[in-house]
Amino acid sequence: MYSAIVFLPLLGAIIAGAISIFGAHERTRPAVTNGHGHRRGRGHGEGENGADEHGHDHEPAAVGSRQAEYITSGFLIISAVLSWIAFFTVGLGDEPTQRYQVFNWFSSGTLSVDWALRIDTLTVVMLVVVNTVSSVVHVYSIGYMSHDPNRPRFFAYLSLFTFAMLSLVTADNLVQLFFGWEGVGLASYLLIGFWYQRPAANAAAIKAFVVNRVGDFGFALGIFAVFVVFNSVEFETIFANAPTIAGTRMQFLSWNVDTMTVICLLLFLGAMGKSAQFLLHTWLPDAMEGPTPVSALIHAATMVTAGVFMVARLSPLFEQAPTALAFVTLIGGTTAFFAATIGLVQNDIKRVIAYSTCSQLGYMFVAMGVGAYSIGMFHLFTHAFFKALLFLGAGSVIHAMSDEQDMRKMGGLRKVIPKTYWMMVIGSLALTGFPLTAGYYSKDAIIEASFVGTNTFAGYAFVMSTAAAMLTAFYSWRLIFMTFHGKPRASAEVMNHAHESPLVMLVPLYVLGLGALFGGMVFYNFFIGTGFEDFWKGAVFFSEENHTLEEMHHIPFWVVWAPTTMMVIGTAIAYWFYMVNTDVPKQLAARNDWLYRFLLNKWYFDELYDFLFVRSLKWLGRFLWKRGDGWLIDGFGPDGVSARVMDTTARIVKLQSGYLYHYAFAMLIGVAFLVTYLMFAA
Amino acid sequence: MTMFPDLLPALPEILLAVGALALLMIGVFVGEKSTSLINGLSIALLVVAGIAVIAGPGGGVTFSDAFILDPFARFMKVLALIGSAIAIVMSIGYARARKFERFEYPVLIVIATLGMLMMISANDLIAVYLGLELQSLSLYVIAAINRDSVRSTEAGLKYFVLGALSSGMLLYGASLVYGFTGTTTFAGIASALTAEGASLGLVFGLVFLIAGLAFKISAVPFHMWTPDVYEGAPTPVTAFFAAAPKVAAVALFVRVVVGPFAPITHDWQQILSFLAIASMVLGAFAAIGQRNIKRLMAYSSIGHMGYALVGLAAGSEAGVQGVILYVSIYLAMTVGAFACILSMRRREGMTYEINDLAGLAKTHPVMAFMFAAILFSLAGIPPLAGFFAKFYVFLAAIEAELYVLAVIGVVASVIGAYYYLRIIKIMYFDDPATSFEPMPTELRVVLGVSGAFVLFFIIFAGPLGGAAGLAAQTFFPTG
Repeated sequence: MYSAIVFLPLLGAIIAGAISIFGAHERTRPAVTNGHGHRRGRGHGEGENGADEHGHDHEPAAVGSRQAEYITSGFLIISAVLSWIAFFTVGLGDEPTQRYQVFNWFSSGTLSVDWALRIDTLTVVMLVVVNTVSSVVHVYSIGYMSHDPNRPRFFAYLSLFTFAMLSLVTADNLVQLFFGWEGVGLASYLLIGFWYQRPAANAAAIKAFVVNRVGDFGFALGIFAVFVVFNSVEFETIFANAPTIAGTRMQFLSWNVDTMTVICLLLFLGAMGKSAQFLLHTWLPDAMEGPTPVSALIHAATMVTAGVFMVARLSPLFEQAPTALAFVTLIGGTTAFFAATIGLVQNDIKRVIAYSTCSQLGYMFVAMGVGAYSIGMFHLFTHAFFKALLFLGAGSVIHAMSDEQDMRKMGGLRKVIPKTYWMMVIGSLALTGFPLTAGYYSKDAIIEASFVGTNTFAGYAFVMSTAAAMLTAFYSWRLIFMTFHGKPRASAEVMNHAHESPLVMLVPLYVLGLGALFGGMVFYNFFIGTGFEDFWKGAVFFSEENHTLEEMHHIPFWVVWAPTTMMVIGTAIAYWFYMVNTDVPKQLAARNDWLYRFLLNKWYFDELYDFLFVRSLKWLGRFLWKRGDGWLIDGFGPDGVSARVMDTTARIVKLQSGYLYHYAFAMLIGVAFLVTYLMFAA
Repeated sequence: MTMFPDLLPALPEILLAVGALALLMIGVFVGEKSTSLINGLSIALLVVAGIAVIAGPGGGVTFSDAFILDPFARFMKVLALIGSAIAIVMSIGYARARKFERFEYPVLIVIATLGMLMMISANDLIAVYLGLELQSLSLYVIAAINRDSVRSTEAGLKYFVLGALSSGMLLYGASLVYGFTGTTTFAGIASALTAEGASLGLVFGLVFLIAGLAFKISAVPFHMWTPDVYEGAPTPVTAFFAAAPKVAAVALFVRVVVGPFAPITHDWQQILSFLAIASMVLGAFAAIGQRNIKRLMAYSSIGHMGYALVGLAAGSEAGVQGVILYVSIYLAMTVGAFACILSMRRREGMTYEINDLAGLAKTHPVMAFMFAAILFSLAGIPPLAGFFAKFYVFLAAIEAELYVLAVIGVVASVIGAYYYLRIIKIMYFDDPATSFEPMPTELRVVLGVSGAFVLFFIIFAGPLGGAAGLAAQTFFPTG
């Protein structure tokens, strides 16, 4: 069954990929190639459909699009159903950890890597999240992408992504984890750049890939370090030996450092990249260039949470490295606040949600950092539902508004697309932590956990996350108010076209809405409530000193109510700004111009990185290319040598004058030279 | 020593001499009509002589020690005979198409071949000169055989004047050697040198002697005649010049320096190194500038003689073996290349522009493939024959610790690869120009055999190498 869960999406991806390749050849216009291998191919001059969200350039759809959609979606739904079965079997059963070996991947010296499925509660939680959201997104995409001619390719990528994500969460060792890790990175790259006719999409895809590379480099170093220290990459072995390694020291870059700290920090670097944490977050907003279902699946619900999952999976290691955990808390708290501030002023509906995602991921890392792994996982679980809901809802809005993403050009949509409106409201309620919705249980728990957390930065994280709760409420309701309330700011033409999405897009919204409303309530007990130990069965590790979950029940009253209060304040401000007195935001922005700009330009991170890395590296590259390669190597190498050869040739050819006496003279000179030489040599 | 010399070792030479005279008589009395008959008979004569070499006695010395037959001589004689026979074969179609059928041509080739065989068997300075002049005088006439053509006569005249100069040098050197050693026999010179060592005068003589020989193999700086003669002479003549006489001249070169002058190997090693380097470098560079394929082949042959001299400069058994293999392979490659050049015939006439080969791969795929294989081989690309040729001589040079020579040789062959590859590029990647006439049958056969030799050299590298090794042992009896 577990193999089916993991490999069905792969099968779907292969079939859809084949359909894509062969279907593309059947096109009436063979000049346009859309196979996998040609995704960045030439000859797309006609594909200049700039602002066109759907990228439909009136090409006929690839042959077999319908089949590709049904096959991949069907497989994913089967996978999702099986995942839920697995969730209840494992979560409610009492077997701790099962391991299903698929095959031995490779072995070299003492390094032996199996391909195995590790099934425990942590895995099944992720299976449920990934497969549910993925199947919902697949179905939604059937409607959303209905105008796109390259649907088989899209569904192949989606399924490929799902497979990679599943092999990540079922990994039994670090190498397999890394395989999935890179696989999702690849799929993300492909999907962000799905509309490769657009330069912005390509740039965003490359940016996502490159920024992730920074993190992955650290991650890879971390894996190497683990192998050096433990002589194994198997989780079982590593976890068993982690306590014995704790406290030892190792040489790293000529520093003598605590072994576990350096390993965990390196691994966390990977998580920072994948989960778009502070300093490595710049790719996530740009990734919104991809189709909206991709944003929902990859950049909200699943891939970006891989970092959180990884920390939870490796909790036995992180528990031995308090310094690393403090750092995780610091980064998480900072991200939660920082991303929320940017979200306040963004005008692109998807970017607001993207920064919100970033911020929520910060929350999860705060939970991880203070040792409340199960809470972090719970937030991951609930967040997947309401964030995917928000994204798909935003997609529905965009769909209705003829591909308009700027909220300043929306407004008054409540009457036009009521179903979408209510779903977005549910998502926002859950996100802001309205009592009894999913976010209420998980996010408030994180804030409480950070209050009782013992590490250096727990207090900082508490302040940051509480403040961020208010900001979250503000930007969430700002989004709702700007989009759905007030007077329509779009052109009459667009408003006339605006229509509710088809059922195939709405049903996914309902499913996710259900999760967003009740996911927290239903599963609270399992994840973090009284039954949490029976549920997790050691899948996430708590050291002897870790009492976060118990202490959470003994916290001051004001702490319990702080998040909710913040939420109410944030909501009130948003209502005041955008419903009652709409001039206030403008005046505020005008009065605090520099702050507004600072936030609007995302703390100038892109500019800073552009200045620090991109431009200096481009300069270096240009220098090495023009001067180093072109001038030095080519000039003195191939070009120079061949030019000298031609010169020599020209001179030698001139010797052949055709005059007999020249020839005879040459012979005599030759003899004279030889005789002279031998005279003096002898 | 008997009164009457033993004629058996010289049987092939005698056959050729008598046969050539008989053919000449036929020609004189029958006239131009007899050309094809004489062509056929000449080829038959050469084949019979070849059989006589192979089936005849394995060794012997005769004519007062002036004539020697040994494994080396037999091997090289067979090569020379093959080269000459193929040259006649390749001339048939051309002579017919260009209307210069002369019965003297095959007869002169036979006489020149007789000179070559005598060179190869020379064991005395007088015999050297005798063979050399017999060959050279025939070649002078052959170069100018198309006497209605200004270029052909110019080529013949240039060749003759410079050849006379080189002969003079050779004779001067020979007389110096005689003066300082008191003998003209190789054995006598060797023993005199062993006893007394080399005086400066003798080294002078050696230089002049080598200059005369170097002219024959067109080593730099005695090469100047080569491009002009190659270009000016009728193409079958060029094909002949490039093959058999080179074999004979190299054989003579080997015999002179390794035999009588073995005691002063160090001296001639330096001369040969200089000649080899100069030839390789000049051949590589000058060929790049050529537009005419015959001139290009001239520089190519200069370069290849340089490589052959590398092996000889090593002065060892392995070196001589390398030289023998080199000329064998060079012979095969050259006749193949000239079979192609002779096929560069359009309806309006022959062309020698390299650029006219454009698109040959499309119009004549088989010919282009064979030509490409031969060119790759000439450039020394493994696993073709030309690679092994170079490999053996460079190996010998390295073993003889002539590192500079080997390195320069490798560099020169890299530079030289350029102009061979350029021809292949033109044949395969340029758009076709006007197509050539179909290849005549005899050229097809020659090209096929040559191409097969080059392509499948690995298969018979063993036996051929063994035979060459046996031939090389002649000069190093103890080794």
